[in-house]
Amino acid sequence: MPSSRSVTVTVRFLARYAELAGQDTVTVTAPIPATVDSVLVRLREVHPSASRLPSKPLCARNFRQVLGAESVADGDEIALLPPMSGG
Amino acid sequence: MPFLTEQDLSIDDLAALVAAPDRGAIVSFVGTVRDHHAGRSVLRLEYSAYPEMAEMECEAVVLEAQRRWSVAVALRHRTGQLVVGDAAVAVVVAAAHRDVAFDACRFVIDEVKRRVPIWKKEFYADGSVAWVDPTASGGTVPSERPDA
Repeated sequence: MPSSRSVTVTVRFLARYAELAGQDTVTVTAPIPATVDSVLVRLREVHPSASRLPSKPLCARNFRQVLGAESVADGDEIALLPPMSGG
Repeated sequence: MPFLTEQDLSIDDLAALVAAPDRGAIVSFVGTVRDHHAGRSVLRLEYSAYPEMAEMECEAVVLEAQRRWSVAVALRHRTGQLVVGDAAVAVVVAAAHRDVAFDACRFVIDEVKRRVPIWKKEFYADGSVAWVDPTASGGTVPSERPDA
């Protein structure tokens, strides 16, 4: 339940991770203080399909690559990125 | 102008963006779709991107190159369906002299491959489909949705 004691973020699965998760985005609510890592923990609790993703995926917060300890704010978009293969 | 495009890439169009009377060197790199990968015959590719972040990262790479060297950089990357021989990525760098143009062009393509969130899905002659993953053994991971 969203409240002033929690943040609600969009988690976006890209490329192969969207195949593994069976969807492109989900909404996750995590208690404050929230980090990328704590959002991933909540993600796995609430969305069992996410358990198929690697335990430490590359992550972006609002379109910038970040580490798991990065703080997360209400309304953020957290993206889970497979190893890149452009070019 | 966006860095990602579903249109064919044109080196001439990109060179026109960076050419100038004081720039006597234009260096280009074009990455094309190869017909093989790790011993398998490739028929076609599909590039997908995280578009918002890919645009930001492409811009950051171009600006870094232009800060580090006295160059003008044009960069485009394809998304969507490509077949063998299609141009997937193009970098064109103009500078007063060739040395910095070569250096900056190499920097841009290396950084694009390293940090721009774009992914390659390969469709093989034997009907199988896999995601390219430089960290995986063999360099690919089978797709779970080969028809998608």
